[in-house]
Order: sequence, then C-alpha cells, then structure tokens
Amino acid sequence: MAAPQLLVHDHKDNVGVVVVEGLTAGTDMLCVVTEDNSDFHLTANQDVPIGHKIALTDLAVGDTVIKYGQDIGRVVAAIAKGDHVHTHNLKTKRW
Amino acid sequence: MDLSNKTIWGFRRENGRVGVRNHVVILPLDDISNAACEAVAAHIQGTIALPHAYGRLQFGEDLELHFRTMIGTGANPNVAACIVIGIEPDWTNKVVEGIAATGKPVAGFWIEGNGDIATVAAASRKAKDFVHWASEKVREECPLTDVWVAAKCGESDTTTGLASCPTVGNMYDKLVPLGLYGCFGETSELTGAEHLAAARAASPEIAAKFMKTWTAYQNDVIEAHKTSDLSDSQPTKGNIAGGLTTIEEKALGNLEKIGKTVKFIDVLEPAEAPARGPGLYFMDTSSAAAECCTLQAAAGYAMHIFPTGQGNVIGNPIMPVIKVTGNPRTVRLMNEHIDVDVSGVVRRELTIDQAGDKLIDMIVSTANGRMTAAEALGHREFVMTKLYRSA
Repeated sequence: MAAPQLLVHDHKDNVGVVVVEGLTAGTDMLCVVTEDNSDFHLTANQDVPIGHKIALTDLAVGDTVIKYGQDIGRVVAAIAKGDHVHTHNLKTKRW
Repeated sequence: MDLSNKTIWGFRRENGRVGVRNHVVILPLDDISNAACEAVAAHIQGTIALPHAYGRLQFGEDLELHFRTMIGTGANPNVAACIVIGIEPDWTNKVVEGIAATGKPVAGFWIEGNGDIATVAAASRKAKDFVHWASEKVREECPLTDVWVAAKCGESDTTTGLASCPTVGNMYDKLVPLGLYGCFGETSELTGAEHLAAARAASPEIAAKFMKTWTAYQNDVIEAHKTSDLSDSQPTKGNIAGGLTTIEEKALGNLEKIGKTVKFIDVLEPAEAPARGPGLYFMDTSSAAAECCTLQAAAGYAMHIFPTGQGNVIGNPIMPVIKVTGNPRTVRLMNEHIDVDVSGVVRRELTIDQAGDKLIDMIVSTANGRMTAAEALGHREFVMTKLYRSA
C-alpha cells in the first residue's frame, strides 16, 4: 500500500489525522481507517501541518466531533468537509 | 515472538527485586542538604546526588508523600546502596530505616552540630565503601518480567494515539499476562476517557476506586484552582502545536498505552508500591512528566517507557526512560532523543504488533545495560510531588 496522507481511527469518526509533512491545499489524500485498513480519498481544503486534523464531513456549530469512535468536543465554527479542524473551530466540553 | 522464557541480565537485590542499574545514591532528606549531597557526589565517582526542593515543614498527607518518595527512591532496585543526608537526625533516620528494610546498605548523616564539611567528609568515606561494594556486583540472568515497567506519555500529539501509545499497549498486552508489573497514571489526563479507563478495571470495586480518585482530582485540584479553563495548560502548547485540540482527544490517545486486553488490578496513591502481585496498576499522579516518573520510580518501577509525539526530552536519575515516537517529523528533527522509532506505523509499513516487539527488544537491551537516549544526554529530572503549602 502507498503511504497514506490521512489516518482515521474508527469508522464512526468524522475527523482524520494528517501523517505527512508539507500537505498542501488541493491534495487528493489517500485516507486509511486503521481499524480495518480500508481506504478512501478526500481533498484537503487548506495546507495542514502533520498531526493536525481534517474533517471527513461537513460539521455545523454545536455538532460533536468524533475520534477513536468517541466524543472529543464540540464544533464552535462551521466546518466543511476537507477543512482543517483545530482550536479555531473545536472546543472541549470539559473544564 | 515467544516471550515466556525471555530473560535479561539484571541485579538481583537483597529483597528479591531486580534492578537494571547499579546506582549509589546520595539522597538529600531536605532542600538545605542538597549542597552536602552534591559535594559528596562530586568527590566520590560512581555516585549520584538527587537534589530536590522540599522536605522542610511539610505535614500531614504531604509529609507522608515526602517520606514515601524518599524511602521509595532509595529502595528502588536500581539503587545498590544509599547515603541519606539531612539537616537533623530524626527524619534522616526515618528515611534510612525505611530504605534499610530492603536489606541494602544505607547510612545516614546529619549536618546540625557537624557542619557541611565534616558531614561531607564522613559521608564521602562511607560512599566510597559503598561504591566498591556496588561495583563488585555482577549481573545475573533474570526473567524479563521481573523488571517492573511503568509508562507515561508526554508532549503528546495525534501520532501518540496512532502509533507510540498503542505500541506501549501492545507491550503490556504481551507481557502483563506473563507476570509483568506495569503502571500508568496521569489522573487529569484521562479526562474525556475516564469512562473507558474505568471499564478496564479488573473489578467493579477497582473501577469505583478509580472513579473516586479521578473525581477527587477534578474537584480538589482542577476545579479548585482553575481560572477560566485549562486550555493553555492541558492540552499543553506543545500538544496543540502537534495537532491535539481538546483534553478529551488527548486522553483517548493517552489511554491507548494500556493496550486492548489487560485490566488494571489496583489504584495506587502517589509513590505507593504495588502490593497485589503482578499486573497493571493505575497510580494517581500529575500528568507532568518528571513528577509522574519520579513517583513511579519511588513505587519501585525499574524501567520506564515514554511515548512522545512532539519530543519530550525527560529522563530520570535512577530509572532508564525509553523514548518511543511515531511522529516522522520528530524522528527527523530530534533523533538524538528517540530510542524506538515507530513512525513506520503511520506510513503503514509497521504493524502495532511489530512495533510492540520492537519495543520489547529495546526493553531487553536497556535492561541488559544499554544506555537510553535520556541517560546518554544526562537527563536526571527528579521532581517531587507536593500536595499543598508547607506549615
């Protein structure tokens, strides 16, 4: 298998993680779900650093972001499929 | 890999525990005895001083933790012999007696009525005897699972949850059923995954004990002292730079290091030695790397596995800390700090099972004497946990 640009933990997840350096906007990413090694393709909307997340679907304010099949926080600014997801649009539900 | 008869070459101590290092420690009871301890360690080669900031006017539970950490550090099987220096004899002797229960050589010295110079002279003479004694010890073949192995992650990022923490978890899934003592902690950093952690307790009673400990940390530490939220501290700035956004996300990655199948069999107080036999233990600790490692070493753990994403450089003076990373950028930029590179996992070149075997190979090499990156680079972070202000 070619090295993927994006890894997704679980089929329930709505974000994946960039695992290559220098990912640029417009890249057609090979995405692999680590749970079962299935794959799909997705286009990145922005330049996204290694380790940062990209949305797999459109997400509205108040939606829950799912990673590892679990709740990791709430959306605080609208997110489009392929967008960078981080502190500007995702916030903890704790503390 | 057949691990059931795997052995390492370690130091079998008087109490039966196995050490992988052979330190002669010069241990200050209190902050004002640091200078004398450092003078002895500078004088007598083959010794190591463990300066720290505390030990005066502590009381209650905080004082108990101080003694538990002092005694546990001296009692750790990586320590062959120990000199304790304090300002006065009473508390000094309390630590000496605690360490002496292991059967290892230990001697105490105090400064009041003697002064630093006479104390350093007397302690140096005894330390030299201990160095000769310790350096005659020969490693012997011991089961790998006699080496107690703790874990804690730091400067985590999203690769930690994808690669380095699952590697540690795979190691625990393989070795704990064979009789290994394991340990994880970081109470606040399980927030968002506390329900999954509780589900990994070996019984409903242990799960309830875990939830009580986790809730107390939330209430007594986080809620009591937080200003707005902890977004600038937990996740850390480094975590955020590495792509982690929320505590929930960080916690879920953190928990990957207890594997898929192993259950934890008890909840330990900070620096408390495990007492329910072989198995995985949870310890109530801060998530700060040096504090957590110091507490785990004081509980008797002889080796430490430290998964990192962005590149935490932590070490410990008496316990080898093996660094594992799955971040290819960290491998590229901070290679000198990494003992086990599992970045192949994110390229899908290396399975978690293979990565776990690679880590076990490094545990064996390190137990046999290979110096870790942190040891070679001189990282000796010894940081005591303090529960509240002194009297």
